Amino acid sequence: MADVTLIVDGKKVTAPAGTLLIEACKSAGIEVPSFCYYPGLSLQGACRMCVVKVEKMPKLQTACTTVITEGMVVITDSEEVRQSRKAMVELLLGNHPLDCPVCDAGGECELQDMAFSYGAPESRYTEAKNHREEQQWSPVVYFDRPRCILCYRCVRVCGEGMDVWALGVQNRGVSSIIAPNQSDHLECEECGMCIDICPVGALTSGAYRYKTRPWEMNHVGTVCTHCGDGCKTTLGVRRSDTGMEIVRGDNRDKSGINNDFLCIKGRYAFDFAHNEERLMQPLIRKNGKLEPSTWEEAFELIGRRFREVRDKDGGQAIGVIGSTRTTNEENYLLSKFARAVLKTNNVDHHRSADFPALAAALHGKPGKTATMRDVLTAPAILLIGNDATNQHPLLAWQIRTNVRLRSAKLYVINSAEIKLKKQAAGFALLPAGADAKAVAFLSGDDSVLDSLAAAGTARDAWTALRDQVRGEQNLVIAFGSELRGADIEKLAAFASTLTGAKLICLADYSNSRGASDMGLYPDLLPGYEPAASASKFQQEWGSLPAEKGLTLPEMIDAAKDGKLKALYVVGANPVGRLGIDPFLLSKSFVVVQDMFLTETARIADVVLPSANAYEKSGTCTNTCGDLQLVKKAGEVTDCKPDFEMIVRIADAMGFDVRGLVPFGGGTHSDMGQTRGAQSGEADRHAVWLEAHNLEPKMTPFDPMAILDEIQRVVAGYDVSRVNLLAGADQHIEIAEGGAGAIHKPELIVPANDGLFSSGTLGRYSKTLNSVMENRSADVEVAAD
Amino acid sequence: MRFSDEFETRFSEMITHYPTKRSALVPTLLYAQDEVGYLSDEVIAELAGRLGLTELEVRNVISYYSMLTTKPRGKYNVQVCTNIACMLRGGEEILDHCKKKLGIGHKGTTEDGLFSLEEVECIGACSWAAAAQVNYDFHENLTIEKMDKILDEYKKKGTQ
Amino acid sequence: MAYLVSHPDEVKVVSKRFGMGATDIDRYLELDGYEAVQKALGMGPDAIINEVKNSGLRGRGGAGFSTGMKWSFVPKQSAKPKYVLCNGDESEPGTCKDRLIFEHDPHAVIEGVMIAAIAVGAHTGYIYIRGEYRYLSVIMQKAIKDAYAKGFAGKNIFGSGYDLDIYWHGGAGAYEVGEESALMESLEGKRGIPRIRPPFPAVVGLWGGPTVINNAETLASVPPIILGGAEAYAKVGTPKNGGTRLFCLAGHLNKPGVYELPMGYNLKKMIYDVGGGIPNGRELKAVVPGGSSTPVLLPEEIDIAMDFDSVAKAGSMLGSGGVVVLDDTTCIVKFALRTIKFYQHESCGWCIPCREGTDWLKKTLTRFHNGGGVKKDIDNIYYLAENMLGRTFCPLGDAAAMPTMAFVKKFRKEFEDHLDGKPCPYERAGATEPVLA
Ligand SMILES: Cc1cc2nc3c(=O)[nH]c(=O)nc-3n(C[C@H](O)[C@H](O)[C@H](O)COP(=O)(O)O)c2cc1C
Ligand code: SF4
Ligand code: SF4
Ligand code: SF4
Ligand code: SF4
Ligand code: FES
Ligand code: FES
Repeated sequence: MADVTLIVDGKKVTAPAGTLLIEACKSAGIEVPSFCYYPGLSLQGACRMCVVKVEKMPKLQTACTTVITEGMVVITDSEEVRQSRKAMVELLLGNHPLDCPVCDAGGECELQDMAFSYGAPESRYTEAKNHREEQQWSPVVYFDRPRCILCYRCVRVCGEGMDVWALGVQNRGVSSIIAPNQSDHLECEECGMCIDICPVGALTSGAYRYKTRPWEMNHVGTVCTHCGDGCKTTLGVRRSDTGMEIVRGDNRDKSGINNDFLCIKGRYAFDFAHNEERLMQPLIRKNGKLEPSTWEEAFELIGRRFREVRDKDGGQAIGVIGSTRTTNEENYLLSKFARAVLKTNNVDHHRSADFPALAAALHGKPGKTATMRDVLTAPAILLIGNDATNQHPLLAWQIRTNVRLRSAKLYVINSAEIKLKKQAAGFALLPAGADAKAVAFLSGDDSVLDSLAAAGTARDAWTALRDQVRGEQNLVIAFGSELRGADIEKLAAFASTLTGAKLICLADYSNSRGASDMGLYPDLLPGYEPAASASKFQQEWGSLPAEKGLTLPEMIDAAKDGKLKALYVVGANPVGRLGIDPFLLSKSFVVVQDMFLTETARIADVVLPSANAYEKSGTCTNTCGDLQLVKKAGEVTDCKPDFEMIVRIADAMGFDVRGLVPFGGGTHSDMGQTRGAQSGEADRHAVWLEAHNLEPKMTPFDPMAILDEIQRVVAGYDVSRVNLLAGADQHIEIAEGGAGAIHKPELIVPANDGLFSSGTLGRYSKTLNSVMENRSADVEVAAD
Repeated sequence: MRFSDEFETRFSEMITHYPTKRSALVPTLLYAQDEVGYLSDEVIAELAGRLGLTELEVRNVISYYSMLTTKPRGKYNVQVCTNIACMLRGGEEILDHCKKKLGIGHKGTTEDGLFSLEEVECIGACSWAAAAQVNYDFHENLTIEKMDKILDEYKKKGTQ
Repeated sequence: MAYLVSHPDEVKVVSKRFGMGATDIDRYLELDGYEAVQKALGMGPDAIINEVKNSGLRGRGGAGFSTGMKWSFVPKQSAKPKYVLCNGDESEPGTCKDRLIFEHDPHAVIEGVMIAAIAVGAHTGYIYIRGEYRYLSVIMQKAIKDAYAKGFAGKNIFGSGYDLDIYWHGGAGAYEVGEESALMESLEGKRGIPRIRPPFPAVVGLWGGPTVINNAETLASVPPIILGGAEAYAKVGTPKNGGTRLFCLAGHLNKPGVYELPMGYNLKKMIYDVGGGIPNGRELKAVVPGGSSTPVLLPEEIDIAMDFDSVAKAGSMLGSGGVVVLDDTTCIVKFALRTIKFYQHESCGWCIPCREGTDWLKKTLTRFHNGGGVKKDIDNIYYLAENMLGRTFCPLGDAAAMPTMAFVKKFRKEFEDHLDGKPCPYERAGATEPVLA
């Protein structure tokens, strides 16, 4: 759009035509105060805080509703303007309780700030204030009416942003009030967006209320550990008896791929970290019972048993199951540990999407995967399968926001009428399980049309949809785990016929993609290098096991047959999640690293209490391939990060951990010598470090040492470290990796989590549980 | 739920008058209230369903308009105007008299459910002040004596 | 049923059919009914708009904007349907004129809506009537039905090939809904919260289409203009203030009632002659000249012409035609309180200054009138009103602020007389003197 030039406070300001005055001022560094204005939400003109003087206009104008015009002359700060704003603050304070000292928003309240700037030192108003009791609207949302300044942000973010429309305005005049959709309580997605956006302390969260004061917290920006979308979440932490307690989650810096958004899980479901069932001590099975023990005893026992099995029965008698929530560094380390130390290719994890197939399809064809940010700006999006609103809340938010603010076209192909249908320009209902046919149809195979039309979307509508999709440029295609193996190949081929189309493969857990990228597969090493022909890793890791590895179900079978003597489970609950009969594992020596006594931990011989993703540092990769930094926020003493435990076990097995983690100071040549066996590796590492201006890490427990190695050896991961450390997300090109693989489709088991569940982890979140209970209670009432 | 045939005829005609169904909401609420006596949860759910709205949206609207109520009222809703023109001609005294005579206050309902009382804003009878409405009927040029008789007549009508 | 009055100075244009049974469509036809619209069909849009412009007709809803000008703002071409919306929400205290029109001459309103629609190229018109006027809704719904039955409304009206639907719509108790953008919200089935302007309704109105919104009296004035010509109409009033208007005389008067007088009629004469003067031998204390939102005038300020410009020059507004007369027994503090109580009750609550301002004014004035006032309250009341004025989202805030400021400015002494726990000097046993015989 053409640019418009205006004068603000004597400064020349240029902005695109159509820009709102308040935004034009902001772009020139002139902050105009506002309560009701919120970028991206509909305009209100309600609070009158943003008034400015516009030349030739008799009255003050609201900068939030005024569109700039050429030659406009604006004064944002004058006696008249200040007086007007001051009066608004006075009026608000007139009826506002003065309970700032106990208010959750105290210290972060926009009204407080405004009172400070435009201040009303003496109160002109001596009348009694209107008092009302605080109300609980849901397990998450509390409302303190007298504090509400009626800016309507909550109403809009819930309606326009979330498309939930659970909040309304009722009554009128001074009796106006924000009201929940069920008269006295809320039935909604519990995202807490309304709480976050509330400029004052009127909406507060059950999770945080009255726990602490903002200035008593430290704030750590990290990545949500729930679904695969990778929202940045800022955790507020505070010292406690057992370390650092996480007391709040939000996204105050709004710099993440999620901008304003967090769902209930990213915002409130950090509370699993402080569940009283949290394991605080290693447990060792003695006389058939898990008994508390010491770390030394545990590591000694594990080291001894693993070594015995490896040396006696060979590496193929050991199985390793990794995690979809641990960091990339831990996953890489585990993959390496399995191969280099345990000498086994029996490595797997709970697969919820087929990344190896995507890697195979895109091998050597970069630029074909989309970032989460792309979803916000793409002109068109095609969603095949998946109920993003429930399973990928951020993705759904991006889609909705894009459709709403940029008029993006959304096409949805699904076997259910998912909520996003409302935003869709085209929707086709699939017969259950026919997702692959839809891909065939898109690719031009009309023979499937009859069976596709069976669910009710007519043949014409299918064809029209295909025509529309084919006409789109820079289309983002997101697909759920309904598509696997060869279907993904076919979809990628279809995408390559469109200009600029990019793919997103949707996986369920926070680091499902990382687990996959880091080679938690029997047949694939990090970067989708086939294990069978991985000369690169031979060089890096030393000799690799020759035997073909077992998949997770195969390991269970082997255990049943007594062939799998030991099983090492890191941050996973296969018994609980994949419905494995625990009896099948009774003959194996099972080691589990977990936070809780899960179904898998319960049958283990040794259980090691682990730290979670909020209690450690590293990186993780979201489902789109956006790499982000994970920062340590909370801490529970006596729990260890999986990283440290893996290193300690290697050490206990008598393995020189320098062969596992490239650490140690001194000169480069010295590092080379002390590395011994893997000659050449240290040099390569040292050369790489130097070339990237990085220092060698000092301890074997520093995950950054492995990040160095990942960036050096895993194809696609050589992104800017500076940007990464600065908190920016970096896109990983899956295409630059190895050849990938086509696996049996049944190895993929969707997590089937919804908004209020999150695998095993979710079961330990009181917030999620209370929402679930609340819901079923509602349903029961309704059924009466 | 069932409304009268008259209501249904009017409703089905009215929704054809607008490009959006919800446009019929405000007058429809008033007609529904006239039939049921108040806007019960059932009425709200029914109209929300018919107009493609959430119940929340319907409640938001109801709570805005002063004639709409979600609570039952007396058979005769006595609405006394005390706004400026009526105030100058005894509106407040007439309201006080009604309060005393009926033994109820603003927005109160008599125990027999016959009368409700409301102090209302200008009802467009300023040149014929003081004025009151009983349900939709206007009573103008009121004095205390006249009001007293009017209430008696309604009482008689209501208890017959 | 409202009562009819008359006075020799009246010029009956809008009220000419009052009391003549014109609710009956055949009777209306006998009395020149539906002739103007047929003439308008022959004139075409530009000629109609010119005629109305030249008539000097200004909006009778309160703001007094030139009606012809307003119509000319409607774009000729529009992707979305255009609409005409008749504002019959009449709720400004002191005003009871539209009620008479609906009661006695509903077809005149329909005809006015039709002419407006033809002028701007709209094919749908709505007549919004406040919910309290149920009996008028019944009359209007019947009138519309009769017009359809005769082929005056609906498809191909009067065989002209022009399609024009006319519908009734009802409110449910809300003064703010009379504000034009809130009116559209209400018609769309929503809370009566005003819209951001610009865009103005003439460009983006009902369901996004260009919409002409006029007061019922304004629209009822249109057929006579078309039929009798702009010049004749303009001549009745004063320059730039064409025609007549219905003045609602109320309050302390011997002969209150709704009188149709030429624009520019002398206010003093209106009170003492037309209205029959002040009852009980009392003195005039003040006049609210155009509905409760207009600043009060003192007895020495009333020798003025009642047209938009003259009243504005006197520091008030012609407003909606509600002339409320206060005699010297009236407590101005109480009157100010009752006025603000109304605006507090009717504020839609959307914006801070009006929502909070009216509430604090009401609270302060209540305490003040009850004898709890302190000196700084008087300045605070003024300060509050002053800080609402011009800063609210819609003019309701102004409507509350303006009279309040005038009361304090013009009657400061009376406010001071209430200070320090003194009882209201006007409260007596029996309070209001009976003004009705
Ligand atoms: C608070 C408020 C209430 C209003 N109420 C009415 C009303 O009841 N009837 C009316 O015709 N105009 C009312 N108006 C004026 C309308 O906004 C609008 O100006 C008018 O209907 C336009 O018609 P006109 O140009 O024919 O006067 C009101 C304005 C405000 C600000
Ligand atoms: S928690 Fe989310 S869904 Fe629920 S009311 Fe708030 S914004 Fe709406
Ligand atoms: S609850 Fe908060 S966000 Fe919602 S209107 Fe009130 S102040 Fe604004
Ligand atoms: S959308 Fe996913 S990543 Fe974002 S907060 Fe929710 S669970 Fe966490
Ligand atoms: S001034 Fe503000 S609060 Fe008052 S009625 Fe208008 S929009 Fe509503
Ligand atoms: S920010 Fe502009 S009116 Fe609220
Ligand atoms: S003031 Fe009572 S009817 Fe107008």
